[in-house]
Amino acid sequence: MPAVIQLEDFHKTYRTGEIEVRAVRGVNLIAEPGEFVAIMGSSGSGKSTLMNTVGCLDRPTQGKCLIDGVDIGSLSRNELADLRNRKLGFVFQGFNLLARTTALENVQLPMLYARPRITVSEQNRRAAEALELVGLGERMDHTPSRLSGGQQQRVAIARALVNRPTLLLADEPTGNLDSRTGIEIMGIFQKLNDEGMTVVMVTHELDIAHYCKRIVVMRDGLVRSDAPVTARLNALEEIQKLEAEQKAVQLNP
Amino acid sequence: MFATLRIALMAIRRNVLRSFLTMLGIIVGIAAVIVGVSMGTGAKAEVDKRIAGLGQNLITVMSGNMSRGGVRGGFGMAPNLSIEDFDAIRQEISQVTAMSPEAGTTAQVASGNQNSSVRVSGVSDEYIDARSWALKSGENFTAADVRNASKICLIGATTAKTLFGEGIDPVGQSVRIKNAPFTIVGWLEAKGSGSFGQDQDDVLLVPYTSVMKRLSGDTKFRFIFVQAESPDAIPLVQEQLKELLRRQHKISDGKDDDFMVRNQQETSDFFNANNRIMTVLIGFFAGISLVVGGIGIMNIMLVSVTERTREIGIRLAVGARGRDVLLQFLAEAVLLSVLGGGVGIAVGYWLAPLLTQLFQFPTLISQSSVILAFTVSAIIGIVFGFFPALKAANLDPIDALRYE
Ligand SMILES: Nc1ncnc2c1ncn2[C@@H]1O[C@H](COP(=O)(O)OP(=O)(O)OP(=O)(O)O)[C@@H](O)[C@H]1O
Ligand SMILES: [Mg+2]
Repeated sequence: MPAVIQLEDFHKTYRTGEIEVRAVRGVNLIAEPGEFVAIMGSSGSGKSTLMNTVGCLDRPTQGKCLIDGVDIGSLSRNELADLRNRKLGFVFQGFNLLARTTALENVQLPMLYARPRITVSEQNRRAAEALELVGLGERMDHTPSRLSGGQQQRVAIARALVNRPTLLLADEPTGNLDSRTGIEIMGIFQKLNDEGMTVVMVTHELDIAHYCKRIVVMRDGLVRSDAPVTARLNALEEIQKLEAEQKAVQLNP
Repeated sequence: MFATLRIALMAIRRNVLRSFLTMLGIIVGIAAVIVGVSMGTGAKAEVDKRIAGLGQNLITVMSGNMSRGGVRGGFGMAPNLSIEDFDAIRQEISQVTAMSPEAGTTAQVASGNQNSSVRVSGVSDEYIDARSWALKSGENFTAADVRNASKICLIGATTAKTLFGEGIDPVGQSVRIKNAPFTIVGWLEAKGSGSFGQDQDDVLLVPYTSVMKRLSGDTKFRFIFVQAESPDAIPLVQEQLKELLRRQHKISDGKDDDFMVRNQQETSDFFNANNRIMTVLIGFFAGISLVVGGIGIMNIMLVSVTERTREIGIRLAVGARGRDVLLQFLAEAVLLSVLGGGVGIAVGYWLAPLLTQLFQFPTLISQSSVILAFTVSAIIGIVFGFFPALKAANLDPIDALRYE
């Protein structure tokens, strides 16, 4: 089985007029199926740039990026779109939901572009199922403006999941959330990973990274360290601990 | 296809007011097309009805020549058809079943203390046959009456009603035309409301000799009506009439006729030429407003594409192809213009009868104009929606996502 992600000497240089920004300067990285990778690093180190390329939204300026063994540099616009649709789920930094559109319709979005076509009833069923999975079964007809940040993030995750991707990419999925909601999101990711989905996510928080299986640290467009997580946290246990603590606080004022 | 329409409908619903304002141009344009065409068709139907009412296989000879020198005021020319012309036609042209000159004048007609200004037509005894008019009671006057310039007349339904009252048979009564007493011998059947602002039933038919000698003093006719014996005979009779009249009027070769010979088809074409000009004019203005409406749609779609750059980015990111986005925006534009077209057609349906009611202007909405309007609005949507849609489809996903 080929690696889910294979970056070979991956470079990305942004050119705005005369100024060149070398956002990523030669990254080699392999992620096998079933991995759960956290990418860390200071702001501007090239994490989002890397994620966007792996997410087939952008192409490398030098080097190669292979998804499931296919070099995305060789794919056409349409082929990239189909790849995004079928194999990839992307949770964006800042949720990027459609405004004035219900949670259910937002989650349906990737299915509208699925090939072969999915019937409307099947779309409804699968969108509801995905929302159920992220714990939003009761809020399907809410528009984003009527959802909290954590709920919006869950909708975004449900949308990323709905086409049953092999690779889930998340750019700071817990960035704007309180720690408890963050842990709940990590719980969803851990569950999906346990079911065999490969997950790659960007985070600034070290404790969030400890829910993953592997941490890659970037600096100035290069990978500086790449190590497995030693003391891995389990989201379910952590939430139980939090709840126990809360009870204790309430009992002893 | 269905999914694309659903997405487009959702987008339109999200901004109802703006969608309506966008459609307004198309609504006005399409309504103008419907009403304009209905005016043209209505006028034509009216003309055709009138022409058909002229009589069967009727050929009309008119004084003057309107196609000559571009002077459209042909009716203002002095009558120039003479009794000699009329007699020559009677003697020389076969295949004619009935013929009559018409020497018209308008006169004060009185009976008792009632009086009215009425069109008095001087005609021959064959006139009502030529024009297929019928008598409700009484009798037509005879050739002898024409020879003697008898003071008798046939009375139209409206005139009879004005002078004698509703439903009263006026036969046997007498009327004074310019103070000369005339006996009514026949009561004409009503022919229904006329058009061109003229009531066909407000008329007195008098032997032409009587009109010329006793009433107007004219010596020439404005019209001669000739009824051919069959539709097939019409072209030949027309040809013979032209030849004969040129001879009678001593028109040398190469000179234009000073008269016109028209069959019903040609008469109808002549009147409809004006209608056509009107239809073309209205169509022209309606077309302009449709183009303006189309530009309005393009404008809003361009704004919409810019405004929804992020949305487009999201759609592309979750796997929409450029074509999907193109179709979505195209569908939106077409839906807007077709909805506008639909409303426009409804407005047209409402406005056209109103026009008839308020201004007595004949209107007739034809099915083909509705289909045309609908097609045009769809085409406008496609044409003016294409450029904005293409702009949306060619966006780069990552740039679109990062917009703002
Ligand atoms: N579209 C672009 N045009 C020009 N420069 C860009 C563009 N996108 C990113 N950059 C630059 O590339 C570098 C890496 O950006 P990137 O977004 O990958 O950082 P990041 O690691 O995700 O940071 P953060 O943690 O703040 O999200 C930055 O210096 C940034 O200014
Ligand atoms: Mg980033």
